[in-house]
Amino acid sequence: MSWAPATAAERDAMLDVIGVKTMDDLFASVPKHLRAKSWNLPAGISEMAVRDEMGSIAARNATGLASFIGGGAYDHYIPAAVDALTSRSEFYTAYTPYQPECSQGTLQSIYEYQSAICRLTNMQFANASLYDGGTAVFEATTMSVRLTGRSRIVLHKSLSPIYRKMLVTHTAHLQLDLVDGDDPTEAACVIVQNPSFFGTVADYTALAARCHAAGALLVVSFYPISLGMLKTPGEMGADICVAEGQCLGVPLAFGGPWLGVMATRKEHVRKMPGRIAAETADAQGRRGFVLTLQAREQHIRREKAMSNICSNEALCALRAMIYMALLGKEGLREVARHCHAKAEYLKSKLGFATIANHGPTFNEFYVRLPKSAEKVVAEMAARGFLAGIPLAPLGAGADTDLLIAVTERRTRAELDAFAQALEEVSCS
Amino acid sequence: MQLIYEKSAPGRRAITFGPLDVPDASLPNDLCRGKAAELPELAEIDVIRHFTNLSRRNFGIDSHFYPLGSCTMKYNPKMAEAVAALPGFAHLHPHLSSAEAYWPLCQGAFELVYETEKWLAEIAGMKQTCLQPIAGAHGELAGALLIAAYHRDRGESNKDTILIPDSAHGTNPASAAIAGFRVVEVPSHEDGTMRLDSVKAAMTENVAGLMMTCPNTHGLFEPVVAEIADYLHQHDALLYYDGANLNAIIGKARPGDLGFDVMHYNLHKTFATPHGMGGPGSGPVGVGERLEKYLPGPRVVKRGESFALEMPEKSIGRLSQFFGNFGMAVRAYAYMRHLGKDGLREVAEDAVLNANYIWARLKGTYTPAFDLPFMHECIFTAAPEAKKGVRALDIAKALLDYGFHAPTVYFPLTVKESIMIEPTETESRETLDAFCDAMLDIAKRIESDPDSLHDAPTTTPVGRLDEVHAARQLNCAC
Repeated sequence: MSWAPATAAERDAMLDVIGVKTMDDLFASVPKHLRAKSWNLPAGISEMAVRDEMGSIAARNATGLASFIGGGAYDHYIPAAVDALTSRSEFYTAYTPYQPECSQGTLQSIYEYQSAICRLTNMQFANASLYDGGTAVFEATTMSVRLTGRSRIVLHKSLSPIYRKMLVTHTAHLQLDLVDGDDPTEAACVIVQNPSFFGTVADYTALAARCHAAGALLVVSFYPISLGMLKTPGEMGADICVAEGQCLGVPLAFGGPWLGVMATRKEHVRKMPGRIAAETADAQGRRGFVLTLQAREQHIRREKAMSNICSNEALCALRAMIYMALLGKEGLREVARHCHAKAEYLKSKLGFATIANHGPTFNEFYVRLPKSAEKVVAEMAARGFLAGIPLAPLGAGADTDLLIAVTERRTRAELDAFAQALEEVSCS
Repeated sequence: MQLIYEKSAPGRRAITFGPLDVPDASLPNDLCRGKAAELPELAEIDVIRHFTNLSRRNFGIDSHFYPLGSCTMKYNPKMAEAVAALPGFAHLHPHLSSAEAYWPLCQGAFELVYETEKWLAEIAGMKQTCLQPIAGAHGELAGALLIAAYHRDRGESNKDTILIPDSAHGTNPASAAIAGFRVVEVPSHEDGTMRLDSVKAAMTENVAGLMMTCPNTHGLFEPVVAEIADYLHQHDALLYYDGANLNAIIGKARPGDLGFDVMHYNLHKTFATPHGMGGPGSGPVGVGERLEKYLPGPRVVKRGESFALEMPEKSIGRLSQFFGNFGMAVRAYAYMRHLGKDGLREVAEDAVLNANYIWARLKGTYTPAFDLPFMHECIFTAAPEAKKGVRALDIAKALLDYGFHAPTVYFPLTVKESIMIEPTETESRETLDAFCDAMLDIAKRIESDPDSLHDAPTTTPVGRLDEVHAARQLNCAC
């Protein structure tokens, strides 16, 4: 079993050209006593058998249930054209565009993606993407430290508990002081999330002003689809904004690959990590694109680099760009409006439970149920619904708290059936 | 080519969502954006043509040979794409892992994570692996954090230094620095390998570990790697394996057997998941016994016949939101399952065969950087050509006109005018011959018409681009 094209006769002929007798001679520099001590792997199986086997593994996962799960990743509709275009192998089998002349497709798509993110957020510069929403929060943190020379990081209560855990892991040895609250005094940054992890929408304009008066930066983690409606990080005065870009046409895929989005203001761009594409021209004046500001990166600056991030999520960024191009100016507004209206409709049907958010929500909210959320979701699954995320296991709420998200994919009939089932299950 | 924004026409639509089937709702004005985001307004055909035409301005593996040293650009089997697209994998919500009540609904995904981690551990001779790191450099960071956690747990807070060979990938020192370490560079010997004496000379009581690539970025197996490992362990320091070149030794030698304590794998290099223009990648971290209890979590474990999640005893915590780039693990698992025991070993054999074949054909014309036998990649120095006015970059750009992607140039930094060629195992002899013929033809042109190489490439959509202008004027968005 192999994808190598070489035949036995060709291998022999090539060994001849090299001037050795056997394949093993090619490994002469690996001392015999250091050869693999064990190799307990099963024999290969045919392509046909692999697909059958993996089909049955995949079938052990529940699909086809109506999903009300959000928590940073959402079941939005992905237009067929997104898959059709990103399946073009000139995109997905290409390498990082370090040779710009044969990578203009990649580079122009990154430039267009960066432009879309700037237009979406009202910021001036975006990078070519980071790993995911959580690592983007980490990168925004170290970027704030570089910009301010300060080490105090203020985490607002709106921030995802998962991002918070990731930040603790990533910064374990960086001599940073992570504190809770919203006091920007002596801080490098205050990090907020809008809508909050619990779905609450707020305006952080006043906090941005307080941050700037105190010499701190405001970092906003946002939900890209919500910006079809909501006030943007740029309008609020954010210095850096980051996001999980999964909602922009990227499949859920049990957590990845997803897409870390980052954008910033003009004055901070040279301290922004990650790849950036820029427009330029060739000797004949033809427009072209290259990766720029590479001197900040680890292949040149090594241990003094701004970040150790080397790859980005170019293919996911392409998906996001194609998604935004297909929806366009009106489509993004429409999908946001549908998500919001359907969530409000569902809320109106849940009179038996307490909606626990303080303030307005976009498409996600949490309810306090009459009984354990874990019990409720198990029973709801049996009725064909993924009812939401119990908050207690994430350390983010009481045993009875359930985070519920609604996307444009949920129909009125599903919402009605869900509300009824949730009432029956919770109140029984 | 026009930008997509330049093709926009007000009011044009590709996707609509139909009438709203519930009452409309609104939010207070002060929470809403002032005006809509100026995304392009296009019909679906406009979007399809735009990106189809963009794709044609790219080289990809399916259209071109990429002899790209250090980055292992091999052919990516299509069946791996097909299995990753199965709805049970592609559309599975990861928050099903967040509550025990949901675990019965994602047993297949847990099994996939568990089995992939088990295969990776056996392949590299590691005790355990963890899929959480999202890319190779993220795996390096995971490894450095694990080394830090190990020493702290033992009360050795003085261990604040990581040693890194001068030939290492730039991400190694960057990752060590992000993990809070001081970085000290260890020089390579002039033959391109690491010597025990250089490690000894750099050793202090503050050294927490050493990060190595083996075969190293010179394409050479490190002859004294086991001695270096022993020496480090005697001094209570750990050895990190950068898995970028694992495909050269897969089935032949295992990092764990060589004495490495921790490593990362590049699923997109060794296990052939597509590079996607620079990502997504995936960089699982592997550990020996010493570091097992510090692994990132939660981790999938087997309890009887079913799978569950557990946090390792002294876990460094969460490195990604869920299970890293799960979709890449699906592809890698399919790849390993098809190749199996013998096929995986043949990967290394054919990769090394192909690199040595290129080396054999070119060594009489170009100057090999080192005298030792190369493994999966061979390095030449264009220093003699540079004296004639043709630099490594010119040779790289000329190759584009012959229909080949350029090799890696100017890396490793230890070799002047470095040209680093890695054909991988998936190229045929015909392709390798065509590439070598092109290199030999370029060599003739260096003698007869060097100026023609300065103008290359001329067959690509654009010629050499003004990078200085791009950085100064900084137009990164429109």
